[in-house]
Amino acid sequence: MVILKDFKVETNPTWCPGCGHYTVLAALQRAAANLGLEPDNMVLVTGIGCSSKISQHFNSYGVHSLHGRALPVATGVKLANHDLTVVAAGGDGDGYGIGVGHFMHTLRRNIDITYIVMDNHIYGLTTGQTSPVSQKGFKSKTSPHGSAEEPLRPLQTAIINGASFVAQAFAGDINQMTRIFEEGIKHRGFSHINVFSPCVTFNKINTFEWFKEHLVNLDEKSDYDYTNKYHALEFLDRHGSIVTGILYQEDRPTYHEVMIGATKTPTSKLDLTIPKEESERLKALFR
Amino acid sequence: MKDLKWKVGGAQGEGIDSTGEIFAITLNRLGYYLFAYRHFMSLVKGGHTNYKVRISSEPINYHGDDLDILIAFDQRTIDENFYELKNNSIIIYDSSKFEAKTPDENVKVTLCPIPLYDFAKELGNSIMKNMVATGASCAAVGLEVTPFLEVIDDIFKKKGEKIINLNREAIQKGFNYFRENYPEIKLDLPDKKGKEKQNLFMTGNEATGIGALNAGCRFLAAYPITPATEIMYNAIANFPKFGGKVIQAEDEIAACMMAIGGNFAGVRSMTSTSGPGLSLMMEALGLAGISETPLVIVDVQRGGPATGLPTKTEQSDINEIIYGSHGEIPRIVITPTTVEEAFYYIQHAFNLSEKYQCPVIVATDMFLGMSKKSVTDLDFERVKIDRGLLLKDDELLKSGTGTFKRYDLSSEFGISPRSIPGQKNGRYVALGNEHEETGYETEDVEMRMKMMDKRMHKLNQFNPEELGVYYSEEDEFETLVIGFGSTHAQINEAQKVLKEKGLKVAHLQLKILHPFPSNIVKEKVEKAQKVFVIENNATGQLRQLIQLEIGAHVKLSSILKYNGNPFTVNEIVDGIIRKV
Ligand SMILES: Cc1ncc(C[n+]2csc(CCOP(=O)(O)OP(=O)(O)O)c2C)c(N)n1
Ligand code: SF4
Ligand SMILES: [Mg+2]
Repeated sequence: MVILKDFKVETNPTWCPGCGHYTVLAALQRAAANLGLEPDNMVLVTGIGCSSKISQHFNSYGVHSLHGRALPVATGVKLANHDLTVVAAGGDGDGYGIGVGHFMHTLRRNIDITYIVMDNHIYGLTTGQTSPVSQKGFKSKTSPHGSAEEPLRPLQTAIINGASFVAQAFAGDINQMTRIFEEGIKHRGFSHINVFSPCVTFNKINTFEWFKEHLVNLDEKSDYDYTNKYHALEFLDRHGSIVTGILYQEDRPTYHEVMIGATKTPTSKLDLTIPKEESERLKALFR
Repeated sequence: MKDLKWKVGGAQGEGIDSTGEIFAITLNRLGYYLFAYRHFMSLVKGGHTNYKVRISSEPINYHGDDLDILIAFDQRTIDENFYELKNNSIIIYDSSKFEAKTPDENVKVTLCPIPLYDFAKELGNSIMKNMVATGASCAAVGLEVTPFLEVIDDIFKKKGEKIINLNREAIQKGFNYFRENYPEIKLDLPDKKGKEKQNLFMTGNEATGIGALNAGCRFLAAYPITPATEIMYNAIANFPKFGGKVIQAEDEIAACMMAIGGNFAGVRSMTSTSGPGLSLMMEALGLAGISETPLVIVDVQRGGPATGLPTKTEQSDINEIIYGSHGEIPRIVITPTTVEEAFYYIQHAFNLSEKYQCPVIVATDMFLGMSKKSVTDLDFERVKIDRGLLLKDDELLKSGTGTFKRYDLSSEFGISPRSIPGQKNGRYVALGNEHEETGYETEDVEMRMKMMDKRMHKLNQFNPEELGVYYSEEDEFETLVIGFGSTHAQINEAQKVLKEKGLKVAHLQLKILHPFPSNIVKEKVEKAQKVFVIENNATGQLRQLIQLEIGAHVKLSSILKYNGNPFTVNEIVDGIIRKV
């Protein structure tokens, strides 16, 4: 039996005290334990950023890769062995800035990965620059007069482009976040979970208090239909995307079941020998 | 060695390639040894394209400097290829479309007008002009038409009887017309040849794809790019039967990162690309290096920089392949010289990558990647799969549940055994940050030094010469010619010509550039009075590398070509004669 401790490591995270990322780590550890996952059968792949250091503090296999590149690595891992539970994680800069191309393409493939974005509306590790989801007018070292750009809308992007599970959580509500993580991991297909995870050091606007004040919790809406895309988009628009809960979910074949070369056996467990008659057949293709 | 050279040319999009293919496949099946070179442009319709076939009595790796038969669908084909035609050669051209003019009266060329287009029209399909030309070619080289018809039956099997018969008729028509109107013309094929239906007719790219499959590669992530896309097509066609996966990534960054993910999770994975894609992979290359994750990249080089000459050959990525990516990592750079070597060396690449847990880059080029040759056989047993230090489940179980030291500093030669996800007790984080033995990031100065040394010394025990450096055993020589990769055949033929002219010449061809095979290069360079380094680039990247590795600055001079075409034998011979 796995217990919570199995997903913990001895070293302490190097995050600032009070950083939202601590609760995200705790929620992921709880979700993994609650689901009875084996740490040895789990891979947590991250990019680069404060948030991406989560792979260093979560006791499973992991790849702490490059800035913005968690998803393609996670894709490679999943296709190599689809029996593994693969979680990718990173920050808003990592996923919606430098890595946004991978985000778009990974979600439309519906590969069976859970993608957690720890969204603090800022670049934390590089000490406070405007991120692609910072609000218009947001002031930082790189936008001293206020950001002139519209923020990206990741949830809407995911829904429109074919993500089969789209949810949002808040680091200030660990119970709801844990439950959403569990649902996301259980979901067969690409699960996109955006987590508001405030940066207490560099973002003095989008703080825990700010989110608490503005957030609308979907769990409190009994009439919400999470199988309806239009419903989800309308709801997000109405509340300026500051909502939590599972926004959209659909059941679709996942990528490793339909891709070129799909096999029931995980790729890493295949026998690699090519029998004589097969090598002869291959040669005959060129005669 | 006797040979005959044939070329068909016309506007792109007119079926020139398939005309060449049918002619070549037939001769290959008859047991002749072929080398076929495809010339094309980066556009879909219009522009000039040609397909050249050299037919020989022995295996060859180059399409030859000159030409015996030219099939021209337009005047441009004659204008652009006339310089290759030798005395007593022939031009078969489409007289329903134009009146051929030869640019140089001094070369004795026989014109053979045939109304190719009109014949095709009569058959009801203008594209059949290609098959009429094939029939005429068959008659011109003195072959019977039957083997060509058999190839037609095979190739168009799926298209149905009607198409087959139409093609057959067209071939017969061209054949009859040529026999009747030019009974005196017959250019001889080599009289000696190999066994019928034995030789494989394949490109370097195809050999790379099949070689990877045989090496146990079961995952290819790639993004389309000429001249590497064929590797992807080959994998799509052949991997699935063995459970191998192929994904068209969103870009080359993703492709390379996916391959790293696949390797991390225990599947031999690779990516294939050309210059622009390779540039996008530079950061990922560094990640594979520092995280000690195996990775195989195939770079089918083309003319750079930027988009450069996208459908032309070059060997100008060498500096990037050897030095590219910020920071310092161990890596191996292999440069196969023939189609056969493309098959065997990709297999070595996978073994080396897992043995040394570092990236291996196999650099071919468009000339080697997209040219086709008759290969006598491929030995699927020759290179055995060796997965290096992969821990077994029971070894990990015995180690207890303590923290696994993936980057164990006490490992012999710095190569620490790997676990793969799913294995009990093998958990670790592969990472791009500097790290300590368990894979936890650190900036500790001592640990940094130890880890850098661990990685950078891994290849000390690797002898690059074990992969094979070609040397043309000479008792004594004055001039040494050095090349790498695909220039092998032309240098080899040039060496023969130079020897006939009385020069004492040796030939050294490098099949690995990093780690550099210094010993043999040094030994041979020291013996030579003059050394010529032949390469398809503008700055002499190999020459500079040799100078960096072994010195010998005054002896070395470059013979360079960077107009997008492979070297001719004559260019090498001339270049050397002018300088000795
Ligand atoms: C290619 C590349 N460019 C830039 C950087 C520098 N960099 C590291 S983390 C980061 C931004 C991190 O922001 P985010 O992903 O939002 O994570 P957070 O620190 O806020 O959790 C940047 C720009 C890098 N590591 N690599
Ligand atoms: S800088 Fe911000 S995001 Fe980074 S650890 Fe500190 S509070 Fe968290
Ligand atoms: Mg951030």
